[in-house]
Amino acid sequence: MAPTASSSIIHLTTAAQPHIDNPGHSGLLPALIKAQKQNGYISKPVAAEIARVLQVPLAEVYGVIEFYALLYKEPTATRVIRICGDPACAIAGGHAALEAVCASLGVSPNTATADGGFMVERSPCLGLCDQAPASRVNDMALGCIPVAVPAAIIAAKSLAKPAVVGGSLRHLTRRCGTGATPSLAAYTTDGGYSALTKAVQQLTPAAVIAELKSSGLVGRGGAAFPTGVKWESAANASGAEKYIVCNADESEPGTFKDRILMEDDPHAVLEGMALAGYACGAQRGYLYVRAEYPHAQQRLAAAIAEAAAGGYLGNNLLGSKFCFDIELRSGAGAYICGEETALFESIEGKRGFPRVKPPFPTTAGLFGKPTVVNNVETLCNVPLIIGAGAAAYRMHGTEKSPGSKLFCLSGDVARPGLYEVPFGVTLRTILDEMAGGVSGGTLQAVLFGGAAGAFATAAHLDVPMTFEDLRKADLPLGSGVVMVFNHTRNLRSVLEGLAHFFAEESCGKCYPCQLGTVRQHEILGRVAAGHARAGDKELLADVGWTMLDASLCGLGQTAATATLSAIKLWPELFAPNGQAQTARTS
Amino acid sequence: MAATVTLQIDGQSITVAAGTTLLNAAAMAGATVPTICYHEHCTANALCRLCVVEVEGARVLAPACVASVAEGMRVHTRNERVERSRRTILEMLHSASDVSEAPEIQQQLDDYHANRERFGGGERREAEVIDDNPMYIRDYSKCILCWRCVQVCAADAQFTYAINFSGRGFETSISTFFEQSLTDSSCVFCGQCVGVCPTGALKPKREWLLEQGQAPADILDATRGPGKKRRERK
Repeated sequence: MAPTASSSIIHLTTAAQPHIDNPGHSGLLPALIKAQKQNGYISKPVAAEIARVLQVPLAEVYGVIEFYALLYKEPTATRVIRICGDPACAIAGGHAALEAVCASLGVSPNTATADGGFMVERSPCLGLCDQAPASRVNDMALGCIPVAVPAAIIAAKSLAKPAVVGGSLRHLTRRCGTGATPSLAAYTTDGGYSALTKAVQQLTPAAVIAELKSSGLVGRGGAAFPTGVKWESAANASGAEKYIVCNADESEPGTFKDRILMEDDPHAVLEGMALAGYACGAQRGYLYVRAEYPHAQQRLAAAIAEAAAGGYLGNNLLGSKFCFDIELRSGAGAYICGEETALFESIEGKRGFPRVKPPFPTTAGLFGKPTVVNNVETLCNVPLIIGAGAAAYRMHGTEKSPGSKLFCLSGDVARPGLYEVPFGVTLRTILDEMAGGVSGGTLQAVLFGGAAGAFATAAHLDVPMTFEDLRKADLPLGSGVVMVFNHTRNLRSVLEGLAHFFAEESCGKCYPCQLGTVRQHEILGRVAAGHARAGDKELLADVGWTMLDASLCGLGQTAATATLSAIKLWPELFAPNGQAQTARTS
Repeated sequence: MAATVTLQIDGQSITVAAGTTLLNAAAMAGATVPTICYHEHCTANALCRLCVVEVEGARVLAPACVASVAEGMRVHTRNERVERSRRTILEMLHSASDVSEAPEIQQQLDDYHANRERFGGGERREAEVIDDNPMYIRDYSKCILCWRCVQVCAADAQFTYAINFSGRGFETSISTFFEQSLTDSSCVFCGQCVGVCPTGALKPKREWLLEQGQAPADILDATRGPGKKRRERK
């Protein structure tokens, strides 16, 4: 197959954004994704035609194809089977499943079968860690794949159970875990869009920001920046053109909270974005969802259409003067695009390279305009705050960490799932009382905050889960990941797996991360294989501190935090062969 | 905003114009801050991170080439923390690319007492020399991804956009559209990319052929265009 018909490409590039007359450079990624979906790859003539229509230099189009893991320049296969190899899935048999499927098909990874029917790849975290091991076959996300039955994996059979959504407080997750996505009617009946209605009909934008500031809400994407301060800064920035960006590129290994929010309560995300638009004076929002979340994308697209038809999005919404549209954008396989400025570059149709800051997004963000970028969970808090008021919101949590927090429990835990709790409960409460405790043995380690996080041990079980207490304990809350490893797990393999993730996902822009992630992976590879050399611990520390101290963006700055925490907790793991004598080395 | 800013660099108080980069302020204070990717005629991207300095109170090190001065700032251009990052970056760079024809980087390796064998055995950038035009060759095993060539080919100078990137992360390389020959690309052979390359990854073809031991007359034959020789013109 050699798709070259230029008319179809013009169709696809404009169809990707029907409301924009000339999509230009910003239309590049949607056009490439569409071509990829239609043809299974992006051939040279198709790429050239897209470049011509969008007036993007050829070499830049190629650079973008090459940057994103899910865009291919060679034919792939009718069915591409991607099996997650990141820690929660790895300990559940992900690697074994990959090998079994490859053996069954008679191929090595990343190579198509002779008939072009199948191709098998190792995938980075698919955000199905509560249903490990997970796979994705074309656009089907599949949890709990039957590791021992490769034929069933190839046939896209899933043993997935309904997601566990629990916890002691059900505010953000009140509509989640029911197995059904609320329609617009169900959402409004349940009080949905009442906060937006109240805001545009009764409150000034400044009053919305004041309420948000007094709520004490801070960002849930990992950086914990005060949301009201961010909004105020964008609202005060000069210029009429401003943007709201929802960062739904949730890709942190171990994280699946935003996926569940988007799949089970999509209108709450849209309401949060519209409130942000109203408060900051933006007329347009971009909702950037990672490509690995096709279900979430479908449900959000349906919700956007419903909301627009119902008058909750669009011109003069709810009879006010406020106009706000939301465009859904898909990523194409790049963890780095969860970094806010890399995300802007991606929406602009470029390689997802993070930008140098300052300038910060609230003054010069998307398309160089003042932009508010918030995580999904953060935005879902907003309707609750504006609806019930900051005082009611502050009834839960602590003085410095008000409200509730979502935790993603995965790994060796009896009931992996999403748990909502008020800030201040301990890890012990979440793990033992809610999630049923450690499974398969006793607690060895908890990876806290994701791949970009740090390890904790049983000694940390009674630390209250608040920003202030975790900071004291030198643990990052990050995206709320609690990945549990029992005493039988080989932590060296876990570390090697984390290092593999960062080496694959580094964008390559700055030297410390581009070089450091690969060197870290090599060293941890030989440590895991039992071939540690004298001085490897010091090498890892130098590489790690250099990445932390000198990298350009948050990816590089956290690419070694898990390793550095392991060096501190278990220095013996990195001892040359023969010297390590703990259970962890088994 | 005040027109001038007073700050301390390595304990020395200095007053400079607001908006000055730490790199330039350090130079005015007599401190040498090493750089690799920085070029005064290119947009600074702060990607080699060799120019990082410590700003008291900041969580991480600051890239001097893009960070601006601020009132009362206390900057350390070379202390133990800064040296650790610079030395490790240089050691890793040496382990990945052939920097034998980059005298500045060789000097920096010595200045920071870098151990050239520290990451020995690690994956290196290996690439065949691309010899696809009569003007210059591309030897990407010498490439350190400073981005200067891509920038001068694009909006920093020539607006030709013949080259961009392939791959990602460590696997990144400079590339034309689908690796096509430069003669098939929009390249106009202005030579600006060759001029800004710091490592000899881009090199005039005649220079390269001389290094290969070819005789000058043969080189002229091989690299001269199809037109008449000057001597024969009338």
